[in-house]
Amino acid sequence: MDPEAGIDGLYDIVVMGGRVASIKPSEGSLETTEGWDVVDCTGLIVMPGLIDLHVHLREPGEEYKETIKTGCEAAAAGGVTTLFCMPNTKPVNDNESITRFIKKQAEVSGVNVHPVGAISAGLKGESLSNMAELKESGCLAVSDDGRPVIDASLMRRALEYSKAFGLTVISHAEDVALSVDGVMNEGAVSTRLGLKGAPSQAEEVMVARDILLSELTNGKLHIAHVSAKGSVELIRAAKKRGVKVTAEATPHHLTLTDESVIGYDTDFKMNPPLRTKEDVEALREGLKDGTIDCVATDHAPHSSVEKDVEFDRASNGVVGLETSLAVMLSLVNQGVFTLTDVVRFMSANPAKVMAIAGGTLKLGSVADMAIVDLEKKWIVEPSSFKSKGRNTPFKGKELKGKVVKTIAAGNVIYEA
Amino acid sequence: MRLKRKDLLGIEELEKDEIELILSSAESFKEVSTREIKKVPTLRGKTVINLFYEASTRTRTSFELAAKRMSADAINISVSASSVSKGETLKDTVLNLEAMNPDCVVVRHSSSGAPHMIARHLKSSVVNAGDGAHEHPSQALLDLFTIKEKSGEINGLNIAIIGDIAHSRVARSNIHGFTKLGAKVTVCGPPTMIPPGIESLGCRVTHDMTEAIKHADVIMMLRLQLERQKKGLFPSVREYSSLYGLNKERLKKAKKGVLIMHPGPVNRGVEISPEVADGEHSLILEQVTNGVAIRMSIFYLLLGGVKE
Repeated sequence: MDPEAGIDGLYDIVVMGGRVASIKPSEGSLETTEGWDVVDCTGLIVMPGLIDLHVHLREPGEEYKETIKTGCEAAAAGGVTTLFCMPNTKPVNDNESITRFIKKQAEVSGVNVHPVGAISAGLKGESLSNMAELKESGCLAVSDDGRPVIDASLMRRALEYSKAFGLTVISHAEDVALSVDGVMNEGAVSTRLGLKGAPSQAEEVMVARDILLSELTNGKLHIAHVSAKGSVELIRAAKKRGVKVTAEATPHHLTLTDESVIGYDTDFKMNPPLRTKEDVEALREGLKDGTIDCVATDHAPHSSVEKDVEFDRASNGVVGLETSLAVMLSLVNQGVFTLTDVVRFMSANPAKVMAIAGGTLKLGSVADMAIVDLEKKWIVEPSSFKSKGRNTPFKGKELKGKVVKTIAAGNVIYEA
Repeated sequence: MRLKRKDLLGIEELEKDEIELILSSAESFKEVSTREIKKVPTLRGKTVINLFYEASTRTRTSFELAAKRMSADAINISVSASSVSKGETLKDTVLNLEAMNPDCVVVRHSSSGAPHMIARHLKSSVVNAGDGAHEHPSQALLDLFTIKEKSGEINGLNIAIIGDIAHSRVARSNIHGFTKLGAKVTVCGPPTMIPPGIESLGCRVTHDMTEAIKHADVIMMLRLQLERQKKGLFPSVREYSSLYGLNKERLKKAKKGVLIMHPGPVNRGVEISPEVADGEHSLILEQVTNGVAIRMSIFYLLLGGVKE
C-alpha cells in the first residue's frame, strides 16, 4: 500500500541496490534468479517505512533513559525507518559535533536519523544557535522542544534567519506564564483530582503567536504535538490564508483524554497534557481535512527514577515508537480513519513536511518499508520493549496490527 | 464490623452506607474520650505510623490520640519538605516502613494522589490525612459527624463553603460527603479561587457571600493562604476580607441558629472575625473534639474486627 503512488493491491516489489527497482501488480509467481532473497508477504501489508518527526533519543547525556541504539531498535520494531530526534540532550545539540555524533551513532541501526538542532544556543532562549553550522552538519530543522521560545523577538529572528538555510522551525507551543505549574489539563478532572491544571489556551496563545510570526517573516513553521481544539482552528485558518505552517499530533493525544489521569498514574503525564474528548475529536478532524499534516510520537523515554514518584513531581513524557502504528490502526478499526489515511499520516505526509525523500514505494525510491500483519492481536507489555523506556499509557492494552518486518534501504532491520 | 476496603483515600469513592457506618461507630468512641481512663483495648498490638510530609498540629495529634486511645502503638514521622528533595523517594520511604510491618500508615502529603501511590505499594492500610488539593476525608467525616450531632440529620440541609475552593482539599471532601448524604452545597469565593468544573462535583457556585449564606444551615469557612495574594488570586487581604470574611454584621444576613465551622487553623480577622469564631454559633472546637472520635472509628473499621 502506497497512498502517494496510488498503489493498493497485490504487487510484487523488486529491490536492488537499496532502491525499488520494480513495483508491478502481481502475476502469480515472480521469476527470481538464484541468490535473491524472497520475502513472502502473503496476507501482510507492505507500506512505506514510517517517518516520525518527533523522537527523544536521550543520547548524549541520558543514556540510562535511552541510547541512540535502543531508540533506533525501538523505531525499527515500530516500522519507523526515518526519525527526527530532538536537541534537548546533554549537552544540547546546538552544534556540529553533537549532530555528527548522533548521525554517526545511528548509522549501524539502519534507521535514518535526522538530528534536529536547537533554535537557541544551549536551549536557553537567549540567542540563536549557529544554524548554518547545524545545516551544514545535517540538520533539516531546529527546535527548542521541551520548552517554548518565550521571547517573541527571538522566535521572529529564528523564523527569519532559518530561511537562508531552508530549515524548518519546530515550535513547542506553550505560554509558560499561563501553564505555570500545571501538571495536567485544566478542567473538571483536574479540579476533581486536586491537581494543578494548565489550560489549553496556554498552547493556543503560542500557536497564534508563532503563526503570526511565520506570517511576518515567511519562515517555515511546524507546530509540534498539537493537543487543543483551539490550536487546530488557528492552524486551519492560517493554512487557508497561505501561511507556511505544518503540524503534527501524537497517537496519545488522538486517543486518550484527561480522564485517564484519574488514578494518578504518571504514565499519563506528558506535555502538552491529555485534553478532553472535544479536543480529541478536533485533532481527528484536523488530520482528516489536512489541517494537521502528520502523526508523530513525541517518544520520550524516562526511567522509574523520573516516573515512579508523586504525580506532580514526575517528569513529562511517554514512549511511543513501538505502539504508534498499532494505536493508529485502532482508529482504523473504529472507523475513524481509513488504512490509507493512516499510512499517509505516518509516511508520505511527514516526508513532505520536512521535504525529504521517502514515504513512498514508487519506482526508484529508497526501499524503506514496514511489513505489517493487520490481524495480529497483541497486548502491550512494556518489559518487552526494545526501548529502555517503559512509560507507555497503552500498557496492558490489546492492540490489533503488528509490524513483522522492517526494511531500510533494502536491508531487514527488524524481524518479529 | 469492618470497611470493605483496605484504605481510606477519599470520600469520593465511599458509598453512603460506608460513611454512615463510620459516623455511627464514632458515636460510641466519642464517649471513650470523656472517661477518666481514656483507653480501650480494641487495637492492642496494632501499629499505626503517622507519616506527615506537611506541617500539622491538629490532624497529626488527633490521629495519634485516636490510635493511642484504641491501645494501638503510634509512631510519628515528620518529614520536612527540604529533606524530601535530597533524600529518598516516597516509594522507598514507605517500602522501608512496610518492612517493619505496620498495620496502618496515615499520610499527609503536599502532592495530590501521593496516598494513592503509597496504597498501591503497601499491604497495610493507608489513611489519607490530606493530599495536596485533593481530599482530606477524615476532616469531612468529622464535619459530617459534628453537624449530625447538632442537627440530627444531614439530608436536606443547605451548606455554604466559603473561601479558596481551588486549593482546598477540605472543600472537595466535604462537597462529596455532604452531597452523598443529601445536603445541598453552595461554594462561594472570588472567581480566581473557584476551580473550573467544580459544579460537576454536585455543588452550586456563587461569588456573592450574602447570597451564599442567606439560606444556609451551615457556613463553613476556609482558611485563606496569604501567599496566594502574590499569585494574583486576590488583590489584598482587606478586599478579600470585606467580600468573603464572616463577621457579626454579615452573620445577620444568615438564618438564625446557623452553624459556623472552620477546619482550622483560623486566620482571625481575615476569613472570620474573633467574635464569630468564638461566638455561640461556632462549632470550631467541637470539630476538634469530634476529630478524635472519627479517627478512632476509622482505625477501628479498617484495622479492628476479624479480617474477611
